[in-house]
Amino acid sequence: MDAVTEEGVQETHRGHGFIRKYVFSLDHKIVGLQYFFTAMAMAVFGGVLSMLMRLQLGWPSHSWPLLEKLLPVGMAGGIMKPEFYLSLQTMHGTIMAIFVLTAVFTGGFGNYLIPLQIGARDMAFPLLNMLSYWVYALSCVVVILAFFVEGGAPISGWTAYPPLSAIPAAGPGEGLGQDLWIVAIALFTVSSMMGVLNYITTILQARTRGMTMMRLPLNIWGMFTSSIISLLTFPVLLAAGVLLLTDRLLGTSFFIPSGLVIGEKLVQHAGGHPLLWQHLFWYFGHPEVYIVIVPAMGIAAEIIAAFIRKPVFGYRLMAGCWVAIAALSLIVWGHHMFVSGMNPFLGSVFAFTTLLITVPSAILMLCWVVSLWGANIQFKPPMLFALGFISIFLAGGLGGFFLGSALTDIPLHDTYFVVGHFHLTMAMSPLFAVFAAIYYWFPRLFGRMLNERLAKVHFWFSIAGAYAVFLTMHILGVGGMIRHTYDPTQYEMFQHLQAPNRFVTYAAFVLAASQLVFLFNFFWSLFRGPKAAANPWKVNTLEWAAPDPIPHGNWGARTPDVYRWPYDYGVPGVVQDFVPQHVASIEETSG
Amino acid sequence: MDATLAEQQRILASDWGGGKSPFGTSWSKFMMWIFIISDALTFAGFLIAYGFMRMTSPSWPKQTEVFNMTLITFMTFALISSSAVMAMAVGEARAGNPKKAVKFLTMTIIGGTIFLGCQVYEWSHFIGEGATLTHNPWGVPQFAAGFFVITGFHGFHVLTGVTILAIVALRAAFGKYSADGVENAGLYWHFVDVVWVFVFAFFYLL
Repeated sequence: MDAVTEEGVQETHRGHGFIRKYVFSLDHKIVGLQYFFTAMAMAVFGGVLSMLMRLQLGWPSHSWPLLEKLLPVGMAGGIMKPEFYLSLQTMHGTIMAIFVLTAVFTGGFGNYLIPLQIGARDMAFPLLNMLSYWVYALSCVVVILAFFVEGGAPISGWTAYPPLSAIPAAGPGEGLGQDLWIVAIALFTVSSMMGVLNYITTILQARTRGMTMMRLPLNIWGMFTSSIISLLTFPVLLAAGVLLLTDRLLGTSFFIPSGLVIGEKLVQHAGGHPLLWQHLFWYFGHPEVYIVIVPAMGIAAEIIAAFIRKPVFGYRLMAGCWVAIAALSLIVWGHHMFVSGMNPFLGSVFAFTTLLITVPSAILMLCWVVSLWGANIQFKPPMLFALGFISIFLAGGLGGFFLGSALTDIPLHDTYFVVGHFHLTMAMSPLFAVFAAIYYWFPRLFGRMLNERLAKVHFWFSIAGAYAVFLTMHILGVGGMIRHTYDPTQYEMFQHLQAPNRFVTYAAFVLAASQLVFLFNFFWSLFRGPKAAANPWKVNTLEWAAPDPIPHGNWGARTPDVYRWPYDYGVPGVVQDFVPQHVASIEETSG
Repeated sequence: MDATLAEQQRILASDWGGGKSPFGTSWSKFMMWIFIISDALTFAGFLIAYGFMRMTSPSWPKQTEVFNMTLITFMTFALISSSAVMAMAVGEARAGNPKKAVKFLTMTIIGGTIFLGCQVYEWSHFIGEGATLTHNPWGVPQFAAGFFVITGFHGFHVLTGVTILAIVALRAAFGKYSADGVENAGLYWHFVDVVWVFVFAFFYLL
């Protein structure tokens, strides 16, 4: 019943109608694609929200009659309302961090690739896997619904700090909109739990014969580590969400302090503590960035290994670093709270652990650089994006030194320095990894190649756009430009920052426009792209050894046997420069 | 480099060599363990919140004045005993005695139901005294709010556990049971009991 035997899988996986095959499918590949396309749609939606914000920041309180027609409430009179701006900010952050990036790696690529790369027939629990996707889809609907209820979407930011998030009267959007937001996060948590139970069980239990842990592709190590971090942190967010919801709906005061006055009325709550939320939230919230970045690193490492055509440097070191990052990520959350009135001694402890986590990150960076050293690098689109990932992650990471130490964080904390920093590290670099993965695995997913020239246009405009937007934000932050503000020109001291602000907006538009090139390339190639060869990148991992098209159950009569690690490139004495994992002896490939 | 044939055979024979569970467990049992880790962390979140509230509150009610310690001891005893009986049910299921397994499962369900009954009595007694989520006759409201939310969340787990056990027992009674199924239900049940030990310690003892 549990240990799906080879015969058992074939039995349960025989012919179904359209609905069972493509909608309520138990096949990990379909579930992965569902996750992927849903996350992609959410990314477009979240991206549009950020463009509206940039429009406002570039030309504060300018009238846009056309937008009034599209958004009659938020843009009444053509001018953006402050509360609408704050809703955009909240929803952009929530959607991008949680509903796009957290979902697309383990949910999208993980679902598709984990069983294929470890030589399994499916996830350990296909039904649970399908449920995971549908609960995720529901959570996406619920979170978007928040825009359409009375008061609109919440304004409390993706961190939902109480008391703002705990009291419906505290602002527009803090009514039903905030309730829906919490429910959506809770649903996502449940979906994520169902997912990671599958990913962890599958990776540990369902590896095919000969696939030891030290022969796993680096991508699988990334997915595995990310799943473990999810397992250890999302439940705490769920607990915090339940407490926040009881504060809002049942009148408890877990997070609401005494003596709070809102709208000249004393709030009927007493004795709670907003810091409690911050601790519980950031215990999840900081590891969350590693839930996103570790699989991104895994993908980048996988792709770099494929395009350097020599054995990757530091396989064990990289796996070890991810495990170390996972462990350390659980004890650094306090660096988000340096300015919250936390005990300064505790602050210095968190600063120490935060700087400690740069050690494994730096070792990873060295592993990639040493891998590239002296290599015959093939600059194919996936490789470009993987290199872009390294570049952006490094640049973003350097800003982390200033924010990880309490002394420099305090003056920078409420400025655009922080916005620039986290967008480089956990928005742009994972996004580059997503693109790298799409360019790399598109032939496996859809049997066609993406257009290389358009891919290069996409890459160069994206990396230039990303740096122009987010490095400028660092500079704005050092200049004092505060975040969470919808009209900086209302402050005398920020008048001179309007020119760089507008530059950021222009650069953001370029960045967004270059994504249209990608979308065009994606959908055009989906139907018109040239047919891909069976193993177009000439790589060793098992997903390229599966039959084409990949049937439900993945493999024929017998799952492949694995004889070697995935990075046997340029082996001396072999005619072709790669030896796939399922090849027993080198004579087979050279003969 | 090429793994030699001997090396490959050594790998295939090892626990982590692939093609089998490194822990020698079924997939569902392993997943139940991971689920228990995640659920334990949800409870940890709640209990840490409780500790935080208690530390930041200027005063906290004295447990001995609020709780009926005899009742609590009795219900804790009922739950722990049910765990012991559950272990016997798993043993019988493994040994292939469905009848005895059903008997012990039924006793486990009775233990869980006694616990839930005591909890309902305790809650109604509290509410009768005037305790609600927002009001607490013995001091700060956080005490009552924390009590209802956390024991409520635990009670919900016990209720779920009793339901699962009832399904497993029914299936076993009709001969449609697997030893793994009984053992997984048992794991969950033991977990719910262990969590109660922590809830009990935090609310009633410390």
